[in-house]
Amino acid sequence: MLDALGLRSLEELYSHLPEDVLLKRPLNLPDGQSEYEIVEFFRACGERNAAGYASFLGAGVYSHYRPVLCDVIASRGEFLTSYTPYQAEMAQGTLTTIFEFQTMVCQLTGMEVANASMYDGSTAAPEMAMMACRITGRERVLVARSLHPEYRRVLETYARYQGLPVAEFGYDAATGEVDLADLEAKLNDEVAMVMVQSPNFFGVIENTRTAAELAHRKGALFGFVFTEAVSLGLLEPPYHADIVAGELQSFAHPPSYGGPFAGVIATKEKYIRQLPGRLAGETKDVHGNRAFCLTLSTREQHIRREKATSNICTNQALVALMATVFMSLYGKEGLRELAVQNLSKAHYLADGLPLRFKGRFFNEFVVCCNGSQPEAVNAKLLEKKIIGGLPLGRFYPELAGCMLLCATEMSRRPQMDEVKKAIEESHAR
Amino acid sequence: MPGKVRSHISQNEALLFEMSSPGKRGYQLPELDVPAVDPVEALGAENTRAEITDFPEVSEVEVIRHFTRLSTWNYGIDLGLFPLGSCTMKYNPRVNEQVARIEGLAWAHPYQPESLSQGAMEIIARLEAALAEITGMDAVTLEPAAGAHGELTGVLLIRALLESRGNPRKKIIIPDSAHGTNPATAAMAGYQVANLKSTAEGLVDVEALAAMVDEEVAGLMVTNPNTLGVFEQEIRKICEILHAKGALVYMDGANMNALVGISRPGDFGIDVMHLNLHKTFSTPHGGGGPGAGAVAVKKHLEPFLPYPRLKRHGESWSWDYDRPLSIGKVRAFYGNFGVLVRALAYILAHGGPGLRKATLDALLNANYVRKGLEDYYDLPYPGPTMHECVFSDARQAKRGVRTMDIAKRLIDYGFHPYTVAFPLIVPGALMIEPTETESKAELDAFIEAMRAIAREVETDPELVRTAPHETRISRVDEVSAARRPVVRWKRASAASKAAD
Amino acid sequence: MYPEQFKYTKEHEWVLVEGDTGTIGITHYAQNELGDIVYVDLPKIGAQAEKGKTIGSVESVKAVSDIYSPVSGEVIAVNETLVDKPELLNQDPHGAAWLVKVRLSSPAEINELMDAPAYQNYIGA
Repeated sequence: MLDALGLRSLEELYSHLPEDVLLKRPLNLPDGQSEYEIVEFFRACGERNAAGYASFLGAGVYSHYRPVLCDVIASRGEFLTSYTPYQAEMAQGTLTTIFEFQTMVCQLTGMEVANASMYDGSTAAPEMAMMACRITGRERVLVARSLHPEYRRVLETYARYQGLPVAEFGYDAATGEVDLADLEAKLNDEVAMVMVQSPNFFGVIENTRTAAELAHRKGALFGFVFTEAVSLGLLEPPYHADIVAGELQSFAHPPSYGGPFAGVIATKEKYIRQLPGRLAGETKDVHGNRAFCLTLSTREQHIRREKATSNICTNQALVALMATVFMSLYGKEGLRELAVQNLSKAHYLADGLPLRFKGRFFNEFVVCCNGSQPEAVNAKLLEKKIIGGLPLGRFYPELAGCMLLCATEMSRRPQMDEVKKAIEESHAR
Repeated sequence: MPGKVRSHISQNEALLFEMSSPGKRGYQLPELDVPAVDPVEALGAENTRAEITDFPEVSEVEVIRHFTRLSTWNYGIDLGLFPLGSCTMKYNPRVNEQVARIEGLAWAHPYQPESLSQGAMEIIARLEAALAEITGMDAVTLEPAAGAHGELTGVLLIRALLESRGNPRKKIIIPDSAHGTNPATAAMAGYQVANLKSTAEGLVDVEALAAMVDEEVAGLMVTNPNTLGVFEQEIRKICEILHAKGALVYMDGANMNALVGISRPGDFGIDVMHLNLHKTFSTPHGGGGPGAGAVAVKKHLEPFLPYPRLKRHGESWSWDYDRPLSIGKVRAFYGNFGVLVRALAYILAHGGPGLRKATLDALLNANYVRKGLEDYYDLPYPGPTMHECVFSDARQAKRGVRTMDIAKRLIDYGFHPYTVAFPLIVPGALMIEPTETESKAELDAFIEAMRAIAREVETDPELVRTAPHETRISRVDEVSAARRPVVRWKRASAASKAAD
Repeated sequence: MYPEQFKYTKEHEWVLVEGDTGTIGITHYAQNELGDIVYVDLPKIGAQAEKGKTIGSVESVKAVSDIYSPVSGEVIAVNETLVDKPELLNQDPHGAAWLVKVRLSSPAEINELMDAPAYQNYIGA
């Protein structure tokens, strides 16, 4: 090939670069390794992590059993090694699965349209806030303090530089639900969106109907956030929301130390042109065959540049595909049964423990560890190869003595009994 | 059809919703080992939903056949050359998929104790260090989820630094050859966009730039090599012009595959840049994500990086949240960890010498393709090619054939099209990036296909204009899709379809 | 092709003045350059149009083009049929696919616009 180019060495390929930009030494990195050495290295890293532990952590990242087919299908090279489906004739596989994904998200959330997925829930939430500002022409966002703390931090980062003031409203100290009086007091006709998560960060199911009514009364949109997609198998969909932003990790991907996940935004049909992210649409080819293609791309950065709805230009197609396979396998009845199992396990775990809040919960709840710090309870559990709950003091100083516990269909009774015992013992002392 | 393809049977497939029948499911849950809770009692009737209308009801076999059939309607790198310019579609080693699924990594919860996360933290630390060495920068954050997300992070870092000096300034300068994400990002970070015209050679116009830069300018976003695949020869001077006025230089690292091991942005004056781990470092594109957009910075920007940051204590690591100057969080947790695992596996497999060799092969392949097509397609900017080359359809347009037509005809020859109609400074662009992982045989087949199409344009332009002809669906009606968007399946629409 | 009674802008809008009302649209040349139009974004009734400033946009599959008002005044009508039938803009840009009507606030502005022969000359027709 060098001959074809009339060159004597590979180095000549960049001989036109200015001398003073060249790296004149080898990169300070080790030599290449074989496949076997690489597998060994990562296996060792895995062993330095918590392999073999039972975990009761949730808080936006959930451990659910993944049917084997999720990976079998996502590992097919035609899905794994394909690009964004710009060339529809060569990407009907991806486009069709996205269309099915969008449909299932709508069915689950009660919304009319959904995008092809976003980076994750924590970035979908601020994208939803910006969307609300475009729709209402207002520039203020009110967020429940019971929304995932990391989501609120991400929202702050996005909002700060767009001159988008974000204010928070509190939660009811007894129920753990949003403090509707505080919300009402802070609402005015400058607010573009009221954002509430349900089940909220404490696992408590919110009265989103009333919160939405309050928002609508002031002309604000109501934004619904979910982090635990399995809850939608049982909970009433947020029909009263104008926009829904959520995280589908539960359906798609193991916790994977926090990513990659798949967020999504769903909304009413009338707001479709303000929806960020990719969309697959149904159409026909020139012979009248059903076909799918990316559509409404004039909203996007590669056409509208600085006037785009967002700079986002990927979805999380492969993770969304895993979620699509998961939803197909469980189906209408299976998803409900899965949700019932989560509900039952969490209520078994909670039974008899000193719960911090009275509100109804799905598969997570806050428990008090009076007389002992949650960290001490967790330390005892670790000896039994159990990772306990998330100590809440780090995010909510007023809840420093509490931990957030999560049970899923993967939680087993013997380990749940150990957790109950450890918390009860902390009170006995 | 000559060369790479011949027709084969492709199966029709309905949507899941259309093949559902009541009561079917593809998965069985274990028996409950605790008492079953009545949902209405636990949640309240008002909070409990009715069944999910029209949700799929299919068996396991139906699921695997459904998605396998759909997969055969796709094209991927595993099937052959994928020459999308600026997308760096290189082979995705499968060992990377396997190691990302190792139990202790895949099932690590982001809130599990740090003492039980040391393996994950070690991976993040090693990748940060390797990327800093490759780019010649001082610190790296792996929190952003994608390239555009990295861009946003980078521009917010510029803003935070300038703010700390008393004035965030107003404008970001962006060359007209840039990716659309650059202006969209600058706008999201609260900046006005000042467009910079390219020179006749397609490079940054240094004189025009010097005239534009003043105390209002926060920075320049530059892609190097640029979107024509040409190295900005005066990059050092460009950086000096910005720095002299207290502004910063952001480099879009989308084209870093041309530089690894031969030149480092940190050494030629760049202050902050992002890397697309799904391009240069070979993590799979997966039909459009997940990727990861690492951001590398010089020391003066380090205090502003998103939190938390890794902190070393002898042999172990902790997360440091006490970062008072940080721009905040751009994503929950620590980034797309599973993607980071794959990128580190790629770097370990290549090592320093292997990464450099990959760069040289990428340059070789791009130049080989350019040479093979120069006599057939117009090359509007004949500067020296790095990792990709950009032709135009000027010759073919005279016969009424445009770049999109040639792209669609390429599908008939068994190749994914190149990048169409970008960069904007080349009317009717054909942007071709073969990457280093293609063999000479595959490149020759591609070149031969492109030459054959050029000949067809002369003899039978209509054949090209109406392509593709060999695919299971022909050209799709994007106009109707956009005029009356149908973005979800509905039972009613199915009924009316049956009546058609 | 280009009606004599219209006035034209360099950005390819036309305006027809009748009394104190100006009817605004885009030219045949503009719709042809854009290709199949898939969406039209129009201002609300009551909005103030300002000469040379955007009053909306038209979209094809792969491009967005702003509409610049040829005259100033209050928007008194918008062509709602375009919302459901954007293809009208391709079919009848000088007639049924008018975009908005404004009540002119400075009628003298139209003197700065091109007449039909000047516009045809401008687009090289």
